[in-house]
Amino acid sequence: MTLEEILFYIFAAGGILSALLVVTRRNPIISAIYLIVNFFCLAGMYLTLHAQFIAVIQILVYAGAIMVLFVFVIMLLNLGDERRLRDGFTWKKVVAGGLSFGVLMELIYIIIMPTGTPSIDMERATNIGTVEAVGQVLFTRFLFPFEVTSLLLTAAIVGAVILAKKNLD
Amino acid sequence: MVPLSSYLILSAIMFIIGSLGVVTRRNAIIVFLSIELMLNSVNLTLVAFSAFFGDATGQAIVFFVMTVAAAEAAVGLAIVIALFRRKQTVNLDEINIMKW
Repeated sequence: MTLEEILFYIFAAGGILSALLVVTRRNPIISAIYLIVNFFCLAGMYLTLHAQFIAVIQILVYAGAIMVLFVFVIMLLNLGDERRLRDGFTWKKVVAGGLSFGVLMELIYIIIMPTGTPSIDMERATNIGTVEAVGQVLFTRFLFPFEVTSLLLTAAIVGAVILAKKNLD
Repeated sequence: MVPLSSYLILSAIMFIIGSLGVVTRRNAIIVFLSIELMLNSVNLTLVAFSAFFGDATGQAIVFFVMTVAAAEAAVGLAIVIALFRRKQTVNLDEINIMKW
């Protein structure tokens, strides 16, 4: 077993375990913290795939900025005081579980269907994961979507401020 | 050498766990966290394909997905705050003013 495989299985186990804990914990703050653990596992996996830029952005933007927003809102709402949301064991959950399992099996069947299996080209993969290579694509082929992104973020900021205001009028 | 299908299966498992969270939980915040989980599993697919095919396009798309996720989190949490202010709850079963 190579180091790469060992790392993959460690991160995969950590990712799946923390994902399960995110959707099963009752307290939202604990869910949020397990989601951060999941993001770190994913960032490690991006590093094994030679995507350094994405790995750093994952930790800075996702685990840093977006999750701080979530934790901040959870603490602001002070959900610990609220009476327990009853989500007991109902037939709806059984149906949801069955459907999810079906979709998962379908996806795995499609993925492992015999097609050409590409192998990773280490040198090339290392070259495309750098800030330079990603920036090159971002500012040439995706220049217009990149500019539209700024519009999206502005609209989101204005929308968030308006929605969270005390008087909507 | 980890094959591409391992990454894709891991991503599928995480996506399904996220979708299970979206359909079964009633706490609006946890539904949002599950949506983030689903977005991230798709990012893993994109990065894996990008690395295996030697094309940086996948990583550029991951960048856009992260931007959309940030916008979605900001607007979604603002909606949760507005709802909480009005109804004192984040239980999705009680938020049914748009239900006819």
